Amino acid sequence: MTTNILISGFGGQGVLFTGKFLAYEGLLENKEVTWLPSYGPEMRGGTCNCSVIISDTPIGSPLAPYPDVLIAMNLPSLDKFENDIVPGGMVFYDSSLIERGVARTDIRAFPIPATKMANDAGFATLANMIVMGKMLKETNMFPAETIDKTLAKVVSARKQNLLELNKTAIRLGYEL
Amino acid sequence: MSEKVLMKGNEALAEAAIMAGCRHYFGYPITPQTEVAAYLAKRMPQIGGTFLQAESEIAAINMVIGVASAGKRVMTSSSSPGISLKSEGLSYLAGCDLPALVINVQRGGPGLGGIQPSQSDYFHATRGAGHGDFHMLVLAPSSVQEMASLVFKGFDLADKYRMTTMILADGTIGQMMEPVSLDMGEVREYDKPWAVTGTRGERKHNIVNSLSLLPEELEQWNIKRYERYAQIEKTETMYESFMADDADIVVVAFGVAARVARNAILAAREKGIKAGLIRPITLWPFPKAALKEAAKHAKAFVSVELSMGQMIEDVELAIRCSRPVLLCSRVGGMIPTPEEVLAKIEEADKTGGAE
Repeated sequence: MTTNILISGFGGQGVLFTGKFLAYEGLLENKEVTWLPSYGPEMRGGTCNCSVIISDTPIGSPLAPYPDVLIAMNLPSLDKFENDIVPGGMVFYDSSLIERGVARTDIRAFPIPATKMANDAGFATLANMIVMGKMLKETNMFPAETIDKTLAKVVSARKQNLLELNKTAIRLGYEL
Repeated sequence: MSEKVLMKGNEALAEAAIMAGCRHYFGYPITPQTEVAAYLAKRMPQIGGTFLQAESEIAAINMVIGVASAGKRVMTSSSSPGISLKSEGLSYLAGCDLPALVINVQRGGPGLGGIQPSQSDYFHATRGAGHGDFHMLVLAPSSVQEMASLVFKGFDLADKYRMTTMILADGTIGQMMEPVSLDMGEVREYDKPWAVTGTRGERKHNIVNSLSLLPEELEQWNIKRYERYAQIEKTETMYESFMADDADIVVVAFGVAARVARNAILAAREKGIKAGLIRPITLWPFPKAALKEAAKHAKAFVSVELSMGQMIEDVELAIRCSRPVLLCSRVGGMIPTPEEVLAKIEEADKTGGAE
């Protein structure tokens, strides 16, 4: 079983971090994982994305041009990648920033008002983790109890004050 | 220690260099290898090492020559355009028989090109790294784990044979993260009686030099060097074989191209085509014997490259053109898809590669 996940959004939305969290979930669950960022002339406010592959068998190509799961944190990301999702795949998107719906009918779409939820909860920068929480629940990719352990691993020592907030954000999404 | 951590290829490479005993790094920033320098800028001061951002790539490679002359493990890294600038120094390193590690995380060229992954410095690394008759050991990592392990191995080979080892990586392998174990084992120490370390008035001074105005002498230096190269070709060639033992179609690919090829080979096998992969880990020395052996059962070869077709010449040479060799390539920062490689495998299978 191999799952290709593409996470895309504005620079500064935590797109790369979200991917790293997911890759660590895989690593700690003894899966094969790869994480590949786009590394064009990215800047804060520009778009960026990363591909995460999680597999039971060794991973060949680290590119995921046809994702099983797309996380779209802004409109340009949904516009660019909606048609690449494999039939039967899933898209999770921030519906506070993306006003249109998903056009395709052969994929499952999960609109999440993540930026609004994050603002209401007082941690505006963690919309990404709310979407991640919903994604983990709907894909059932990893047991819920792995989340806190993984977060402890990926939230850097310098930012331990954000650990609890990250946990809360993921839970908000998970319980949607 | 054996616990795996997630690291970028460039960072795993840098940490492995430290573990191999490298305490001197000279470089100049360029995408997509900047993380190597950034990582070492942080780490070297913590362990009493030297990190120095030189004023240019040319300065950096000449600083490498200096430290190597003193018998210490030393490294520089860059990406394609920066490696061109280092070429003069690479020739001098060879002429002086100095051990050093040089990293090339390739991007598209020629000229300034782009910043996306490429393998179009294959000729440069294996043939034309500078003027004069010489080779570098060229190692091609295909995973983050190999970014680390081949750096460790590369330092050892450099010391063992008094040569430059080049790690020929690409932007993808440098930028991606994968689980990596940094359990590298023991560092082997080599005597360096030739090193310029000060005589303390107790011995005749050493000279590290590439100049000889006596043709008879210079000829002998070259011949001795090539005797060493012949030994290396016999004992240090490395490759990985994946489903190639019974393959009708043998794909040859290294670095990120080999990873894409792996997907295509599995897809081809599902369609009943006996495809396999030979992945050179050393590009020089090239795994000629393995390819020659494969030519006994293969009806055609496919060379998958992020270049207009450079390694394909080594494939053809290795098998003495006894089988057709097809090229599957994307350039300029593009990477072939598994589907494109599969299509080439199917074409080779259908036609036997005949045009």
